[in-house]
Amino acid sequence: MNNIKKEALLKKRYNAEKRFKLYGILSIFLAIAFLFILIFNIFSKGSGAFLKTEILLNINFDQKKLGLNNNSSEKEIREASFDEILKDALLALAPSAPELKQAELVDIVSIDAELEIKKFFLNNRDILNKSYEVSLTLSDDLDQVYKGNFPRDIPEDRRRFSDFQLKIYDELVSKNKIVSKLNWSFLTNADSREPELAGVASSLVGSFFTLFVCLLLSFPLGILAAIYLEEFAPKNKITEIIEVNVNNLAAVPSIVFGLLGLGVFLNYFYLPRSTPLVGGMVLALMTLPRIIIPCRAALKAVPPSIREGALALGASKVQTVMHNVVPLAMPGTLSGTIIGLSQALGETAPLLLIGMVAFINVVPSTPLDPSAVLPVQVYLWSESAERGFVEKTSATIIILIFFLIIMNSFAIYLRNKFEKKWS
Amino acid sequence: MNLVILTLIIIFSFSCYLFGKSKILNTSRVSGKKFHSLPEYYGYYLAAWCGLPALIILFFWSFSELFLVKIFILADFKTDPLLDENKLNLIFSEIRAIAEKKFTGTIPESLIPYSEKFLSINRILELSKLVVILSVIIFSLTFAYSQILKNIRARESVEKVIRVVMFSCAAIAVFTTLGIVLSLLFESIKFFTSVSIFDFITGINWAPGRAFVRDASVQTADVENVFGAVPLFWGTFFIAMIAMSVAVPIGLFSGIYMAEYSSRKFRKIIKPLIEILAGIPTVVYGFFAALTVGPFFRIIGENLGLDVSSESALAAGVVMGIMIIPYVSSLTDDVINAVPKSLREGSLAIGATKSETIKKVVLPAALPGIVGSILLAISRAIGETMIVVMAAGLAANLTINPLEASTTITTQIVTILIGDQSFNNPKTQAAFALGITLFFFTLIINIIALNIVKKFREKYE
Repeated sequence: MNNIKKEALLKKRYNAEKRFKLYGILSIFLAIAFLFILIFNIFSKGSGAFLKTEILLNINFDQKKLGLNNNSSEKEIREASFDEILKDALLALAPSAPELKQAELVDIVSIDAELEIKKFFLNNRDILNKSYEVSLTLSDDLDQVYKGNFPRDIPEDRRRFSDFQLKIYDELVSKNKIVSKLNWSFLTNADSREPELAGVASSLVGSFFTLFVCLLLSFPLGILAAIYLEEFAPKNKITEIIEVNVNNLAAVPSIVFGLLGLGVFLNYFYLPRSTPLVGGMVLALMTLPRIIIPCRAALKAVPPSIREGALALGASKVQTVMHNVVPLAMPGTLSGTIIGLSQALGETAPLLLIGMVAFINVVPSTPLDPSAVLPVQVYLWSESAERGFVEKTSATIIILIFFLIIMNSFAIYLRNKFEKKWS
Repeated sequence: MNLVILTLIIIFSFSCYLFGKSKILNTSRVSGKKFHSLPEYYGYYLAAWCGLPALIILFFWSFSELFLVKIFILADFKTDPLLDENKLNLIFSEIRAIAEKKFTGTIPESLIPYSEKFLSINRILELSKLVVILSVIIFSLTFAYSQILKNIRARESVEKVIRVVMFSCAAIAVFTTLGIVLSLLFESIKFFTSVSIFDFITGINWAPGRAFVRDASVQTADVENVFGAVPLFWGTFFIAMIAMSVAVPIGLFSGIYMAEYSSRKFRKIIKPLIEILAGIPTVVYGFFAALTVGPFFRIIGENLGLDVSSESALAAGVVMGIMIIPYVSSLTDDVINAVPKSLREGSLAIGATKSETIKKVVLPAALPGIVGSILLAISRAIGETMIVVMAAGLAANLTINPLEASTTITTQIVTILIGDQSFNNPKTQAAFALGITLFFFTLIINIIALNIVKKFREKYE
């Protein structure tokens, strides 16, 4: 009897053991599953944005309608209107369409189609008075239909394209006049209100400038501060205050740095709003403690025997540190800096507060021009109503994550390849 | 202009270094004189005397320039008793915009002469800056050069300078904190002169949009009961709790499994993989919460007959929880690894199973560290901005229903301050009051958590 009870108890205990272990496996599985769902979700939504849909349209470059001749200068061509021949070509898709439907026909292509024809003509001047098949960007809604992101069965009044447009579109598809191409303009265009034309060039450049300013400020400041705290600081009250400060700053919510930037840099020092300069300065203050902490760890890992050897040979303290300790700690320092910068690259909240959310449709050329950055672009597009922006947002995230992966793998590479293992 | 001066200073300093070094080398070669330090230290010495004073002057001059211009320009307006400080600031920024040709709208005729004055004062100041800096460089260089020829101990002076520079870099951390506290405090005090601090902390009605009335009489009547921050405090706390109820169990169990059960190889792969979750930008989580998790919960809710709003505290909280998992799991793993092996062996030796050892021996020993890591995660959750901005909604609801929209301190700061804003109304200042509340909340939690973790480390290391 007693034995049976004992055995039952043992069984219970072993079952508890198994359950406990299972909880562990389950939670690790859940965490990894979340990661993969997130990544899969973003990639499946965003990959479409790297393709764009174009329509092959037969356009008659009529000399009279363009008002050009064979000797027209480039300036005259740029000033000429190609709207009429575009409209003619579009109306030819359904010659019998009533007047009311004609506007819908014109909406099949993107608003930049006229510019595209112009560009095509500038490259092929000899096609005047001839008909030629030009590929033009399709409007964003039909682009989404082509990519299968838009269910066709919702009622006509709840979608942004009409049954008539859909009918024309289907005819074109059956004639193989709708083609898919690599979307280079996504990387070279600036932001736009039209999803099919919007690109990440302005925010890519903005991110680059912001990160550059951030690096320029935070790297020297951070590394010098870390060297001072680790190697030179005397053990006194001031050092203690600085250390506590650095540790706490690393945990201050990023949005507070945005308030600092707004209150001090913009409101007090009148630095220009919405610019990578101010963004970089704010991010530099935020990144500083995140660089100091790993730098100190790297310096601490250099064994004392190195210092003692240098000192024994008669080097001064500064010489010891600068010539012997710092070079040995460099790989750790650099990888810490890169990881700090990669966090700065993904930061959004503080930049919203210093006005980097403006709609910028030109690519900035200096850090003093207003610009957006990649994460802010994600935020801006995710707030837009058009369906086409969903895939653009996801694609921007893919680009952002691509840069983060590069930076982090470079940091890991530096650490593994160059860091000396003592002991 | 600043960039030109900066480049000049850098070029000068560099050539000073080369000159100093070669000068000493030559002198010692020609005359056989022995110098105290190595030649390059004399180069550094010259370069430091050339660059540092000039840089310091450039820095402070550039920052005070605008204030000087402002004082000159506004001297004429000061006599008008009707203009208070805010209006003076407005006038000045208008004059500045006209001068820099950035003014939008019709330019007021009366300000044009002032904008010309602005430009001429600016030009004078820029020129005098250049002259002053150049003369400072020449002056300090002649001094430094005469010192070099006297065979001073250049290395010692240079090292002293290096130490001072490094100390100032470290001190920037303190200045940043000071800057944060002062800038937040400065605006918050202005806010609390128009809204009582008691109303702010205990009021339950948050509608700052209604305080945005220019008319002074309406404002004072309205202002008092639209700045009750309790719904925001509640929303922040509520969403953080939802996040923690996701992150703590998953993070804790993953951490325990990694530390106690898994093989070293498995752990080496899994730990960085989970830590990726913390490296993904928060705006990505926000997008994920708003476009995938929110609608997903709504569909589930519809099938269960529940009314779930598309922006809900639940969606934001769950996604935030996923983001925080690694903060809990990695720290738990570290902390459990720090518990001495002898404790485990003692427990196993008297016949306890592994899970019993963990539950009864390891976890109690590691508890302070785990509590510290959870506190750090909570402070992360409270300060998190993008997820809640994109997925939790804006309505200041005082609700315990996680399926409704809810708002947080950070969301409100962003909504108030996004886009253009003027600095002189209580609405903008309210954001700074919220900011300082957030800052102190997280600061207190961080200090407690860091202390607990530190004490724990000291106990076992």
